[in-house]
Amino acid sequence: MVLSELRAMAKHVEAGMRVALPVDYAGVSMAMTLPLIERGAGNLDLVCVPTGGLQVDQLVGAGLVRTVETSAVSLGEAGGAPRFNAAVKEGTIKLRDATCPAIHAGLMAAQKGSPFVPMRGLIGTDLLRHRDDWRVIDNPLADKGDPIVLIPAIKPDVTIFHAPMADRFGNVWIGRRRELAAMAYASITVLVTVERILEESLLNNEMSAAGVLPALYVTAVAHAPKGAWPYGLWGEYSTDTVEILRYAKAARTAEGFADYMAQMEPA
Amino acid sequence: MVEVHPREVLICTIARLLDGVRHVAVGASSPIPAAGAILLRALKEKAGAIGPRISILGSVDHNFFTNGSAELFDCAGQGRIDAFFLGGGQIDGFGNVNLVGAGDYPQSSVRWPGSFGSAYLYFVVPRVILFREEHTSRVFVEKVDFVSAPGISEDGVFRTGGPYALLTGKGLFRFDKSRPGFELESVHPGHDLAEIKAATGFRFAHGERPLQTKLPDRATLDLLRGRVLDELAGTYPEFAVQMQRELAQRGALVS
Repeated sequence: MVLSELRAMAKHVEAGMRVALPVDYAGVSMAMTLPLIERGAGNLDLVCVPTGGLQVDQLVGAGLVRTVETSAVSLGEAGGAPRFNAAVKEGTIKLRDATCPAIHAGLMAAQKGSPFVPMRGLIGTDLLRHRDDWRVIDNPLADKGDPIVLIPAIKPDVTIFHAPMADRFGNVWIGRRRELAAMAYASITVLVTVERILEESLLNNEMSAAGVLPALYVTAVAHAPKGAWPYGLWGEYSTDTVEILRYAKAARTAEGFADYMAQMEPA
Repeated sequence: MVEVHPREVLICTIARLLDGVRHVAVGASSPIPAAGAILLRALKEKAGAIGPRISILGSVDHNFFTNGSAELFDCAGQGRIDAFFLGGGQIDGFGNVNLVGAGDYPQSSVRWPGSFGSAYLYFVVPRVILFREEHTSRVFVEKVDFVSAPGISEDGVFRTGGPYALLTGKGLFRFDKSRPGFELESVHPGHDLAEIKAATGFRFAHGERPLQTKLPDRATLDLLRGRVLDELAGTYPEFAVQMQRELAQRGALVS
């Protein structure tokens, strides 16, 4: 693990990579969005764990995205994700529509080093019909029949998220947001921004150690106060709904989106 | 006579539909289902019984999971969640739900957020209540354009859950798996069968003169307007304030 700064961290992301991003409320590293756009590595295959929002919409709007694997994309109370919806309509991004537990299952398979995880549900949906990577088999442990869906391992090249704190050894405190650990276990490279960096090791205290993603899985950490803004961060600050509404309005057109992004503070 | 707000009819109906569940999960941004669940818990507690456990996704106060966002689905898969709510951009007469988009896939003419957990939860949660306030033939269609989650499954497909009821701004339907299809159970005050037929794109069973949806009694309304709205305000402050304002305008506030 290296202590880094945002622009240096963005250099880990290269064109054509598969990038995992967390759900709105789990710790989105919005601080990394502009450095990623500035870096300009395109043709990204995004994996939303398990849904996407503002960051996904901005990366799509910036033209960096090739496919989006997700269970949903929206701006929550601020409505639909404008650049994502426009890209769907124009057919400029490829969709891999999923359902939340299927994305968790794919990460779980990768975490275990297994090729797939079987999952209930899904049979008879159009999600399954449009996914050529998901397979249906008959449960081999049942006497007969019992179809079940196999979800292949999801192995992202990069995972990017934001958390309240890390220590100077690269251990990151994720509390009970265990999906962040699942993403990290499954990924080759893990980039984390944090509100603060502690001197003392988080592993020295059993109470904090239980909520730690160990440095073993962390590639780089950067200090980024309010790094989830305008999203909130659990236990730290709440979502700036007014700002998200402002974005939603601005990004209705490609020009409005470009103007909005241009007036954001560079990292 | 006590005046009842249309949303109070919905909240009280949801509380009745949830009667008997041990654990109900409510999606993010679903204040009416959450209010129904909180009302049921308050009614049970008032009667000296144990109310249902309520998980509200995205809420800090009502989140007792510690294993990330996968835990809700694992919990449902284990049979530990008895009831859940699903909306839908389109819902058809077989209980199929479309949360993805209208028109051809993938280049939908209108794209909605996506299927979320529906393609799993609809299979494993016994009492899924379909809830959509807007009751129009745009929402209630003959056949959905995309099946996010199917209402019924072929024999041999593992399924412990599925549609239980459909509640709209105009009426309450029950789902009959054997037909399969919806049957109109009751009509909310101010609406009638002809209006519901005109606003529903699929055929449904109904009596000649459907009943009116049961209205809450005074004690239930007092509980709803007091304790329940206060509890709801912790998670849905804007909704709670709006309800209180509208109730005050109608002169319906409890003194």
